[in-house]
Amino acid sequence: MPFIIETRQLHHLYSAGTPFEHSALNGVDFSAQTGEYLAIIGRTGSGKSTLIQHLNGLLKPTSGQVLFDGEDIWSSKERTRAVRFQVGLVFQYPEYQLFEETVYKDISFGPKNMGLDEGEVDRRVRQSARFVGLDEALLDKSPFDLSGGQKRRVAIAGVIAMEPRVLILDEPTAGLDPAGAAQILENIRTYHREKNATIILVSHSMEEVAREASRLVVIHQGSIPYSGVPADVFTHGRELEEMGLGVPAMTRVFARLRSMGADVPGGVYTIPQARDAILAALNRSKAPARGKELM
Amino acid sequence: MALKDITLGQFFPGSSPIHRLDPRAKLIALIVYIVALFLAVGWQTYLIAFLVLAAVVAVSTVKPRALLKGMKPVLFLLVFTAILNMFYTPGRELFHFWIFTMTYEGVARAFFMVIRILMLITATFLLTYTTSPLALTDGLEHLLSPLKKIRFPVHELAMIMSIALRFIPTLIEETDKIMSAQRARGADFDTGNLVQKAKALIPLLVPLFISAFRRADELATAMECRCYHGGEGRTRMKQLRYRPADALFILAALAVCVAVGVLAHFGW
Amino acid sequence: MKDAIIKTQQLVFRYTTEEGVAPTVLDGIDLTIEPGSFVAILGHNGSGKSTLAKHFNAILLPSGGKVWVSGLDTADEARLLDIRRQVGMVFQNPDNQIVASVVEEDVAFGPENLGVPPQEIRRRVDAALTTVGMEGYATRAPHLLSGGQKQRVAIAGVIAMEPACIVLDEATAMLDPVGRREVLSTVKKLNREKGITVVLITHHMDEAAQAGRLVVMHDGRIVRDGPPARVFQDVEGLRALGLEVPETVGLMYELRQAGLDVPLDALDVDGCAAELFSLLTQGEKSEA
Repeated sequence: MPFIIETRQLHHLYSAGTPFEHSALNGVDFSAQTGEYLAIIGRTGSGKSTLIQHLNGLLKPTSGQVLFDGEDIWSSKERTRAVRFQVGLVFQYPEYQLFEETVYKDISFGPKNMGLDEGEVDRRVRQSARFVGLDEALLDKSPFDLSGGQKRRVAIAGVIAMEPRVLILDEPTAGLDPAGAAQILENIRTYHREKNATIILVSHSMEEVAREASRLVVIHQGSIPYSGVPADVFTHGRELEEMGLGVPAMTRVFARLRSMGADVPGGVYTIPQARDAILAALNRSKAPARGKELM
Repeated sequence: MALKDITLGQFFPGSSPIHRLDPRAKLIALIVYIVALFLAVGWQTYLIAFLVLAAVVAVSTVKPRALLKGMKPVLFLLVFTAILNMFYTPGRELFHFWIFTMTYEGVARAFFMVIRILMLITATFLLTYTTSPLALTDGLEHLLSPLKKIRFPVHELAMIMSIALRFIPTLIEETDKIMSAQRARGADFDTGNLVQKAKALIPLLVPLFISAFRRADELATAMECRCYHGGEGRTRMKQLRYRPADALFILAALAVCVAVGVLAHFGW
Repeated sequence: MKDAIIKTQQLVFRYTTEEGVAPTVLDGIDLTIEPGSFVAILGHNGSGKSTLAKHFNAILLPSGGKVWVSGLDTADEARLLDIRRQVGMVFQNPDNQIVASVVEEDVAFGPENLGVPPQEIRRRVDAALTTVGMEGYATRAPHLLSGGQKQRVAIAGVIAMEPACIVLDEATAMLDPVGRREVLSTVKKLNREKGITVVLITHHMDEAAQAGRLVVMHDGRIVRDGPPARVFQDVEGLRALGLEVPETVGLMYELRQAGLDVPLDALDVDGCAAELFSLLTQGEKSEA
């Protein structure tokens, strides 16, 4: 299957030629397929913010290429601008970039910059508001009168309204309480499902990426040491710990159990998996003895 | 990005004799030195001023490159001053072009003017590069403290200054971030005519102002939590104390100033 | 009352609005915090937990009821500095609470305001920076530090005032996991080694689980109060309040739902693994 977005030997130097020069990306080969839900994990300063800003052309590679649909996004000025609308990027704490008088106007900022006609802008504003679960009545309100969680969803709707085929979100749940975080993650899943969009979720929470993404990409010191399905990536528990990342609590519980000598499988990283693994282990070893309790 | 790199008013910590001087001594010496610069007329007096400055730069261990880098923003001003002086000083004609006449006197004057501005800026940068912003505002607060008698809010002014200095890098970083975020939604800050460009700034300025107000509000609370209640009864960890070196430094500055003044008076 | 570091009695707080219709943010809070304890306050956004924290050092004053800090009524304006010196605050956004452009000068800010003599400030600043493990950064510019380091500087700024209590108002919310760990281990150390009372306001369950006492707020009231191991057992109750439980408790809850008789008090990985291990081996033993 062809990649919708791909980087080839991507290098990025900040402040090149000054005493502050430092390399943020060292030859990164990153790729994502259409409809894929993947997560990027890495510490602050690992290069993950630099990488995602290359994917929609906000940063220009020092060397290497960024391809969208197989074509270099820097091949022409028009191409770069067009890609920016195809690859939506939601920054950290996006609520701080709201600026319009009404929620409606703020969400329509992106679609209007695309040069869409009024009817299409209107359709997109209403649809993206629905995606993030914003009530129609809120559209005429000032975004500054909303709660923190609502503001965040308005900001996300502002990017979704451009109907990007790739949606990148940098720490979309940071600072939210569990209910607020769950709602945002649900909104992202809805967009992923209904638009068959590629989702790239940047997160610090191992539990969150373990639950949401089907593939993990680890970034450390400007390179990608690990990439793959969560079960595989989380087998590098010790290395991830050394990178300041760690693994989900369930993975640690099971690693601990195995080191104690219990006969449980590896590759467990969510609560349902852990539950099933424990129940299976109990069934295996003492089905006759504890069978009744399992009912 | 590029915005983060500007060095305006940046402090380079160090332990050179210049770093260790009392900020008040440095401030006074700077003022005296600027007076000397404006007294200077011929190349001899400029040479004295230049040598003195070069010596202080050498002692300060501040890299000349860092000083030069700071000149970039004033380049336009320099070129503008030079051209103005070259063409608008009456005197012997060097060459003539359309309605413009360049004169020997003009070239000489432009040269000295540029040298004067460069030295003035270098000296000022040297002060901010070798003095922590807090020490600097402290020094200012002390020097201006006589004004407290006429109810001039010296402490408040110094506090505002030091907080402004503290938040400049933070706000620059924030500007960068908001610009990127709006660009990601297709905002275009670079093309279009003046009106379009000004309009394009709204998505940047509104969030920036709101954030600045929020920061101010939170900072005020944090300061209250740390028992801030104005300048009254406040002590300082770093006491300003004149030492012999400070007195010598001011005396040296005065000596240079007087020397330049006297030499200039006798037409050197 | 003398013994409590913080005590609130029927604390009510309403914001005064121009229309006069003021929503009640705190609705009759009775809370006593013992000296030397480590208390976590948990609640969803808007539950009133941050508003409550701002009453602990007289940043906000009650609309009704009373708040005492070491026996001092926070409404007593004459004792304001005494109150604020005793209860230090660390806030969410590290960038908005650092006043000075040099780390050590920022740490000195509190003692300077209190009129402490210069040599004594120097001693306290050095000691505070060492306590939080930032002694190597004394002359750095704060804006070049990581989030966790900035928060540790903020904590140093508080302990330089030699307080009896530190309140962390969602101080870890903007940090990455490493930064959160740095801050949490710093305050735990302060609590353990210096006996400083710690009030940790958070919505991270795994942080709350590390406290000695867990207070849960909802709609301006205290709805749960007890040791974390006990409070977190009420998985359904907490979920109904928009909160979660630590993953380990979540697993035990799922196993109970599946009919197993396992306890719900496993707050960390080791405890959880130990309980599961005995569950698995118990079966084998009975079989043998």
